Order: sequence, then structure tokens, then C-alpha cells
Amino acid sequence: MLEKHTLIITVLNSSGVLARISGLLSQRGYNIESVIGAPTENPNIYKISLVVSGTEEHIEQITKQLNKLIDTIRVTDISHKDNYIVREYIILKLEVKEKNRSDFFNLARVFKANLIDVAMDHVILELAGSPRKIDRFIEMVHSYGIQEYIRSGEFAMAEYQTPKKGDNKNGD
Amino acid sequence: MKGAEILIDALKREGVDTIFGYPGGAVIPIFDALYSTKGIRFLLTRHEQGATHAADGYARSTGKVGVCMVTSGPGATNTITGIATAKMDSSPIVVISGQVPTSNIGTDAFQETDMVGLTRPICKHNYLVKDVAGLPGVIKEAFYIARSGRPGPVSIDIPSDVVNSKVKEYVYPDNILLPGYKPVVKGNAGQIKKLAAAISQSKKPLLYIGGGIIASGATPELLDFLEKTQIPVVATLMGLGAVPFDHPNFLGMLGMHGLVAANKAVTECDLLIAIGARFDDRVTGPRDTFASNATIAHIDIDPAEIGKNVKTQIPVVGDAKNVLKSLLEKVKSRERSFWNERTDYWKAKYPLRFAESDEDAISPQYVLEEINKVIDPNAILVTDVGQNQMWAALHCHHRQPRKFLTSGGLGTMGFGLPAAMGAAIANPGIQVVCIVGDGGIQMNIQELATCSINRIPVKIVVLNNAYLGMVRQWQELFWKKRYSRVCLMQGPDCPEECQGPRDDCPKIYIPDLVKVAEANGMRGFRANTQAEVPNTLRKGLAEEGPVLMEFSIKREENVFPMVSAGKPLTDIIIGEK
Ligand SMILES: Cc1cc2nc3c(=O)[nH]c(=O)nc-3n(C[C@H](O)[C@H](O)[C@H](O)COP(=O)(O)OP(=O)(O)OC[C@H]3O[C@@H](n4cnc5c(N)ncnc54)[C@H](O)[C@@H]3O)c2cc1C
Ligand SMILES: Cc1ncc(C[n+]2csc(CCOP(=O)(O)OP(=O)(O)O)c2C)c(N)n1
Repeated sequence: MLEKHTLIITVLNSSGVLARISGLLSQRGYNIESVIGAPTENPNIYKISLVVSGTEEHIEQITKQLNKLIDTIRVTDISHKDNYIVREYIILKLEVKEKNRSDFFNLARVFKANLIDVAMDHVILELAGSPRKIDRFIEMVHSYGIQEYIRSGEFAMAEYQTPKKGDNKNGD
Repeated sequence: MKGAEILIDALKREGVDTIFGYPGGAVIPIFDALYSTKGIRFLLTRHEQGATHAADGYARSTGKVGVCMVTSGPGATNTITGIATAKMDSSPIVVISGQVPTSNIGTDAFQETDMVGLTRPICKHNYLVKDVAGLPGVIKEAFYIARSGRPGPVSIDIPSDVVNSKVKEYVYPDNILLPGYKPVVKGNAGQIKKLAAAISQSKKPLLYIGGGIIASGATPELLDFLEKTQIPVVATLMGLGAVPFDHPNFLGMLGMHGLVAANKAVTECDLLIAIGARFDDRVTGPRDTFASNATIAHIDIDPAEIGKNVKTQIPVVGDAKNVLKSLLEKVKSRERSFWNERTDYWKAKYPLRFAESDEDAISPQYVLEEINKVIDPNAILVTDVGQNQMWAALHCHHRQPRKFLTSGGLGTMGFGLPAAMGAAIANPGIQVVCIVGDGGIQMNIQELATCSINRIPVKIVVLNNAYLGMVRQWQELFWKKRYSRVCLMQGPDCPEECQGPRDDCPKIYIPDLVKVAEANGMRGFRANTQAEVPNTLRKGLAEEGPVLMEFSIKREENVFPMVSAGKPLTDIIIGEK
């Protein structure tokens, strides 16, 4: 069964590390849904959040291959773990007509979306939250007419660590 | 100290005694530093592909890291096939390439190619050294990565300004800090116990060994294990030599061109213990049909190999030698059983066979069996790719590890001659014999000159069928004999849709390989009939320097046994007569 998995990859902050990861995935025939990488509190360490679809076996193989990269310190599949805070960020541009503006603003308030710009024929706003919340928001504002949006892709942090077999790079 | 001098010093500290390579603009500073360097031999090949395969042959025959040094741009791109070949067969080489100055990178400068980008999917790791301060650390890491864990090629790209710049103080690092790279050597004790128990319970256990046994140097432990357990054993192409060919438990190579006994044993066993083998599709056929009656145990140093191609019930991540040692303590001894009798029976019933030749044309298998009689028992045998490779795998006597070198995973034609050259340099005093087809010899034939000039005594055996034989065999068996572009004699006077040798075939093979050998400063001999074979071999092997022996073999001889592509291992074509 194809399923979406979010992998958190901790790597050394070396040059070309993103290319290594995306190259590896395309070389082995896997499609990346989203990838986002940024430095961490430790300047030598970089964290990458990757969303891929695949069967259980595919994901296991991807995880192992990613682990095999010399620069990879750890790969964690957080898909079925509840101790992770997963967030996403979105900027949307919507056509909001004069007459349904107040409805719309209410909706935005409920979602705690932040208005960036309000013009005669459009509204731009931003929203951060769980990927589910973002999906839901898109669904809800759809009828107002979405002109454009951009999502950051998922990123995540462990609330607390549960050391588990399989998180270990070389674990069998 | 200059970057170039640091590089040379670092190579010496890594124990490098030989570099294979080719100069050019971007590496002149390094070559200048080499000019008066003592203690490192530089072998100037005639092509960078030759240099890479030679470094690979050096590595495979010794287990040490082979080193290759080339210029930027075309020099670098010429190493690509060699790097990919080493990667597929897990051979430890370090390829150092020059690069345009850092300030020019990204400007499409003269002889600029993105070596890091090019090699990323075909090497174990790669580096672009951006400043001279980082150079010593990179060299240290590169050699460590190449030889440790699952060995493999590492590419180091060095811009010319880096080798030209100076540092006041240079220290070669003692330690390596690679938090993301820690190969597991010791196997998990629980899994090893589980495996030992599975062996006790199994009625029909089988060992399936591969190149990992050789990489790990695990032959002594393996032989002890066989002694204690009496388990029959089959080997991959890359595992040949890990057990002596005449070991009573050895059933031979398995897979597409494997022996009947080996393939039958895999199909029937109830416990398959893979050690340092990677379930390649040339071995398994359709995966769901492979060892479908067996529990699968897999010992491998690379966790990503376990479960990649077949489902594994008992995974053990670790070094083969180390794991075998622990397993040996845990496993109960086992007596020979009906299962051994059964595998012995298959072995006796289905020996390798080939049709004895008529007077004119020579049977290639006969040449190889004659070689068995006259070759030094310690010799290193190197093959090219194609029928010659399979015949050598099947018919030659493999006695020791690291004595049979062949391109298995990439199947690179042109590998044989330069790899043999590298092996001969690494093993002075040891006979090196290269078995090659008439197609493959022409793919790196420029290295004949390298052999002659440097007195590298490679004994080249060309099995000339004037065909790209392995492809022709497939066309014969599976493509209705439509011999499309596989005849190396086909010219404008030939029928375009030729279906095999005819009376009006061209009489002369071009090039005349004996003359090519002579033009390159070595002796050349040719045998046209079976009767001339033993003498030609004797004369050739007695030569002090390099020599080329050409054997005109039966043009349409096939490699058997053979399992058709896509068919299970039970579907074996045993061959003629
Ligand atoms: C024309 C042609 C025909 C071929 N036909 C056949 C055939 O009939 N039969 C056949 O077998 N092959 C055949 N091959 C070769 C085939 O393509 C593969 O190269 C070969 O089967 C792979 O061998 P292997 O499984 O031993 O793996 P290798 O490529 O040798 O890999 C070694 C394995 O050992 C592991 N390893 C490395 N070091 C260690 C260590 N220290 N401890 C534990 N594990 C370690 C590695 O991780 C890897 O999994 C053919 C090739 C060609 C070109
Ligand atoms: C570089 C490269 N090109 C093409 C092939 C495909 N190929 C595999 S075997 C073979 C024929 C080899 O012919 P020859 O060297 O004469 O050896 P023979 O099979 O006749 O022994 C070819 C073309 C290959 N393996 N490598």
C-alpha cells in the first residue's frame, strides 16, 4: 500500500548535502513530495524534512539508503509517531469579494491566520500549523477563489525522545 | 608547504606505493611535486579508463586502496566507467582529479566538468576540496571510507589553486570524525543465536557466498565453518575463490550461468544462508521463485542490502569474518546427511560439459582446461566480460581468494587488460593471466603499450570468435538468430541480414592481433587448431614479459548451462551433447 511518510534526516552541514539526498531518491526511482532543509542550533548540523510516498518496503529501503550516505547522522520516520510536533507554513492569495469579506475574516480568525495584505480584489494571508490544519484551511477557503498559494512543506521536532529500534543508524 | 606537496605526503602516509594516471593542465602542480618524489611509483597509462581499472585491479588483488590521478574535464570524465565498475563490485579505489581554480568554478571554464555531480550516483563518497587547509582531512577520510565497511570508490576533486596555495603548518590528522559513518562489524548476538538454532533445525541448509567473504578475508573462518557443519556451499561469480574449487562441499557457481547442482540446491534448500552476497538478478532470476522453500538468513556489512531484493527472516548486519567466528562458537556440529548425498549426486550427475572440437576450430573451454594444467597455482586470473568471462568462471580452477578478478556488477568490457596490469604491478613475481574476447581486448587495447614499456608481464589470452559472442548467443537463443551487428568481420560485402558464418566470410580478421602485440613491443602467438593449443600456451606462459596469445575459437560456441533471462533457476538449458 502506498502511504505518505515524513522522514527527518539529520545530516552534517556539508556542501552539496541536499543534492546528495535528492539525487539518491531520484536515482532509486522515488518521488519526493516535499523537502525542506535548514540549519539547526548546531552550525555543523542540518535537518531535512522529507515527505515521500511508498510502500512499507520502499520506505525501509529509502531509510537505509539515506542512512548509508556518509553525511547522514540519523534518519527518523515520524509518520506513525505521536511524540512529534509537525508544522507547515502557507502563504495564500485569495480573491475575496466585498460582499463575503466579513465571513472570510471570521474564518481567518478562527484559524488564527494572519493577514498580510488586503486589497480591493484580493487578500494575502499566512498561516502556520499542523499539515492537517493547513489542508483544512485550504479546503475551507476554496470557495472564495484561490489565486495562488505556496506551502513550506512539513518540518518537525521531537517533543520528547523515545529511543526506538530502527532509529539507530546501524541497528538491525 | 604547498597543497601539492601536502597531497603527496598524505598519500605516502596512507601507504600508497603506486598511482595510476594521466596528466593535464589542472594537475601539473601535483605532477611537478611527483617529479622528484621517491617511494611512489607512477604508472602512466594510455587512457584514464585504463588507469581507473588498473587501480581497481590493484585493489581487488591486494585489498589495499588503489589510487588513480587524472586531470580535470576530459581526464575526469574518462574515469567514470572505471568508478562505476568499482562501485558495483565494492572495490576500494580513490580517484583524484584536478579541477579548474575555485574562482572559475561554475563559469564553464576551460576543461571544467562538475566531477562531484558526475560521480555522486556512482561512488561511495566524493569531495570537492575548496581550500588547502581541508586537504589533509579529506585524504584521510577518503582512504578510510574507501577501505572500511563495504568498500567502494571515493572521488576527490581538487582545484588547481588549492594545490598551488601554501600553508605554514601542515599536520596530518590522526583521527577521523565521521559521526554519520560507523560500519557495524560485530553481528547482533541474538540474531546469531537464532541463526545457529535455525541451522540445527534445518534438514537442507545451504550457504550462498559472495564477494563479501573475499572483502572480509573470511575464507579461513568459512572453511572451519564448513568443516564443523558440512553444509553444502554455492558461490556467486564474485565469490569464486572464497572456497577452493575442489572443496568437497562446493557445488560451484549459481545463477544464470551457474552449475546445475548449485541451482538445484538453491531451489530445494530449506535454509539459505547468504554471506556477503547481494541477491543480484543474474543470480536469483524472478525473485519470488528464488529459494522459495527456504528460510533466508543474510549476513552482510551493508544494512541496505538486507531485505532489498528478497525478504529475509534472519538478518545479521556485520563483517563476514567476525560474524562467522561468533557463529562458529554457537553452531552445533552437523554430520553429513542425505542432503549432502543428494547435492553430491547432482554434482556427479551434471558436471560441466562441452563438445570436443573438430580438428579446425578450437573449443574455448578446452583452452581454459589446458590453462588449468600449465598455469601457476598461485596465479591471478583476470577476465573481461562476455562469454570469455563465463567460460573462465566455470572452467578455470579457482583456488584462493583475490585470485579471480572480474567485472560482475557493471559487466564492463575493456576491464580485463588494464585490471590485469594493475594486479601485476601490485603482485610482482606472481603470474597474471588475462582472459579476454576479441571485442573486449579492443576496448582498452592502448594499454598493451603500457604493459610493454613498463615490462608488466601480463599473459593475455584472447579467445577470438570474431563475434561479440555473448550478445550473439542471446540473439541465437532468444532472437531467432538475427545476428544484428555482432560480427566483428562484417563489412560492406557481407549480407546485411547474416545468420552465421558462411563460406564467403572475409578470410582475415582485422586487426591482426599478433601484429598489434608485436607493434606494441610484445610477443604474439596464434593457435588456429586444437592441436596447437597446449604448445601455444606453454610458449606464451614461458615468456618473461607481457605476451598475447590468440586462439581462434569456434565461432558459434555457447556458454552453458544457462537459465533464460526472466526464468526461474529450475529452467536450465544444459547445452549440447
Ligand atoms: C555476463 C555476465 C553474466 C553473469 N552471470 C552470473 C551468474 O550466472 N552467476 C553469478 O553469481 N553472477 C553472475 N554475474 C555477476 C552478477 O552480475 C553480480 O555481479 C554478482 O552476482 C554479485 O555477486 P555478489 O552477490 O557476491 O555481490 P558483490 O557485488 O560481490 O557484493 C558483495 C556483497 O558483500 C557485502 N560485503 C562487503 N564486504 C563485506 C564484509 N566485510 N562482510 C560482509 N559482507 C560484506 C556487500 O555489502 C555486498 O552485499 C554475471 C555478470 C556478467 C557480466
Ligand atoms: C562497455 C560495454 N559495452 C557493451 C557491453 C555489452 N556486451 C556484453 S558481452 C558483449 C560481447 C563481448 O564480446 P567479446 O569481447 O568478443 O567477448 P565474447 O563474449 O565473444 O567472449 C557485449 C557487447 C558491455 N558489457 N560493456
